[in-house]
Amino acid sequence: MAERLSILIAEDNAADRMLLSTIVSRQGHRVLTASNGLEAVALFEQERPQLVLMDALMPIMDGFEAARRIKQVAGEELVPIIFLTSLTEGEALVRCLEAGGDDFLAKPYNRVILEAKIKAMDRLRRLQDTVLQQRDLIAMHNEHLLTEQRVAKAVFDKVTHSGCLDAPNIRYLQSPYAVFNGDLLLAAFKPSGGMHVLLGDFTGHGLPAAIGAMPLAEVFYGMTAKGYSLAEVLREINAKLKRILPVGVFCCATVLNISFQRQVVEVWNGGLPDGYLLRGSGERLPLVSRHLPLGVLEPAAFNDKYEVYPLALGDRVFLLSDGVLETCNKLGELFGEERLLEVIAANRHLPALFTEIQQALTHFSGEQQDDVSLLEVSLVDDAELSRPPLAFADNGQSHSLDWSASFEFRGETLRHFNPLPFLLQLLLEVQGLRPQGGALFSVLAELYSNALEHGVLGLDSALKANAEGFAEYYRQRSVRLAALTDGFVRFHLQLLPEGAGGRLIVRVEDSGSGFDPQQVPVEPRDAHSLSGRGLALVRQLSERCSWGDGEPGVRVEFSWLPGA
Amino acid sequence: MAITSLPSSDGQELTILIQGRFDFGAHQEFRNAYERVNSTPQRYVVDLKDTTYLDSSALGMLLLLRDHAGGDSAQIRLLNCNPDVRKILAISNFEQLFKIA
Repeated sequence: MAERLSILIAEDNAADRMLLSTIVSRQGHRVLTASNGLEAVALFEQERPQLVLMDALMPIMDGFEAARRIKQVAGEELVPIIFLTSLTEGEALVRCLEAGGDDFLAKPYNRVILEAKIKAMDRLRRLQDTVLQQRDLIAMHNEHLLTEQRVAKAVFDKVTHSGCLDAPNIRYLQSPYAVFNGDLLLAAFKPSGGMHVLLGDFTGHGLPAAIGAMPLAEVFYGMTAKGYSLAEVLREINAKLKRILPVGVFCCATVLNISFQRQVVEVWNGGLPDGYLLRGSGERLPLVSRHLPLGVLEPAAFNDKYEVYPLALGDRVFLLSDGVLETCNKLGELFGEERLLEVIAANRHLPALFTEIQQALTHFSGEQQDDVSLLEVSLVDDAELSRPPLAFADNGQSHSLDWSASFEFRGETLRHFNPLPFLLQLLLEVQGLRPQGGALFSVLAELYSNALEHGVLGLDSALKANAEGFAEYYRQRSVRLAALTDGFVRFHLQLLPEGAGGRLIVRVEDSGSGFDPQQVPVEPRDAHSLSGRGLALVRQLSERCSWGDGEPGVRVEFSWLPGA
Repeated sequence: MAITSLPSSDGQELTILIQGRFDFGAHQEFRNAYERVNSTPQRYVVDLKDTTYLDSSALGMLLLLRDHAGGDSAQIRLLNCNPDVRKILAISNFEQLFKIA
């Protein structure tokens, strides 16, 4: 049995009205009656019946006008109107439908057909009802989802954009359209003044893709700020993603470690399309993916091997997500690597390239890109970068001023462990040293790599005279380091109160034959030289720097005044 | 996109054939292809000869299969990769995890 409906019958002929009322109420429906269009509209507004049987020709207001008004009042709700008509010519029937009628019934009335039509119209009415309900539900869910995403996006942006993407040597393009697209751009200064930069692309889109970005960014910023090396940051990110992400979700990424002082870049690419190192000279080196993406391999199987390239002022590194190559045009063709290389080859002025690539993409696809990440990092003079001071989490009350400590890191440890973050943490417990934290870290880093590379590993900087030798130097470094079993690097730290301020004396020695001060140039040999910057830098950044004097190793001093 | 799986006569090997685009839309079907089989294969073959496109979600699905097939001890071959598919697999260095032919 169908649901009981309330049905309005508008018919000026009393006999017909009576007949219809009887038929309809016998079918179990509630009947309302009107004898002209105006009455019908008024009754409709008052009682909101679900279905209307409407005579076409009536006095005062005819059925066509009444139907139009009722449909207007009904709005989105479907109130089926069945026209009752003795009209037979096609044009009149069309008028019924045009006025908003849904069907018509010819006089004289047939009980069976009327019942069937009411049922059919009721089905339509319910269908419309269901559609409207579901539409509203979807709209509500969507609204809800967008609100959640906006909030999540605000948190996401806080975490991922807390670095130095706005530094003057970085340009980037990241889709502003999708709330989340799984792409991730991170950049942060190292305590030594260099920079770690990451372009990542998580599998999938939307929230699942963005979730992994949060822990990744935390590790990246946290460890970079503490002075951990690129390899250590990568290992930790990989281990963390592997631990928390479901199988099948991972992050393709290219990570750069740029040293402005040493003028080198270290590159690790796992799963992203080739990036490019573009030199002022016009040379183009592809930065090829040599690893599985982050979050795929178990920590023990992870490979943190990176490539090292010398950089000159104005050299640029371009990184891109696969969205760039997969940009589609109207014909469904992909932009592809070849077109990108053509744009790069056509470039005559390196600083304009970033814009040229952007324009080529827009021109190719005919619209703004919504799934593209593009990043350019250039080597600039250190002085052009304004670095934020190191951040500290304590309340600034600690005063430890008078102590000394010595550390010896031996072969096995040197292979796997980077002592610098540990030493820096220790030294920055001393408040007075904090304003010099960056310089202190740079000096320790230079002295450590000098002791390790030349003293313990016996590498010869002379190798770095040209680009091939440069690569060879870093190849030998990793081979010798992997095979290292003995040797040591010692750090002697001594803190002395001095007036109300203090002084730090650091001496670094190693198991090597000791270096020959005669060989140490006072200044870098020349601006284009690929080596010899290290000790010059130490001299520049520390208050005093000396060697010999009956002590092994190099000695540097830093002092500070009260209130510094 | 259609995915069919065919066990070898001795049940030792399962061949999964992927036609058309291999992307997130294939997720459930791809899982069904190796989870809803009666045999317990020792080896898997993913035949990509009719695969026109493969995206990073597909790489994720391959990792899921690898996990299902025993992780590091899984024996999975990816066969008949066209140059585009091969390039995507190469960028991700998946040859370290799968035999690619």
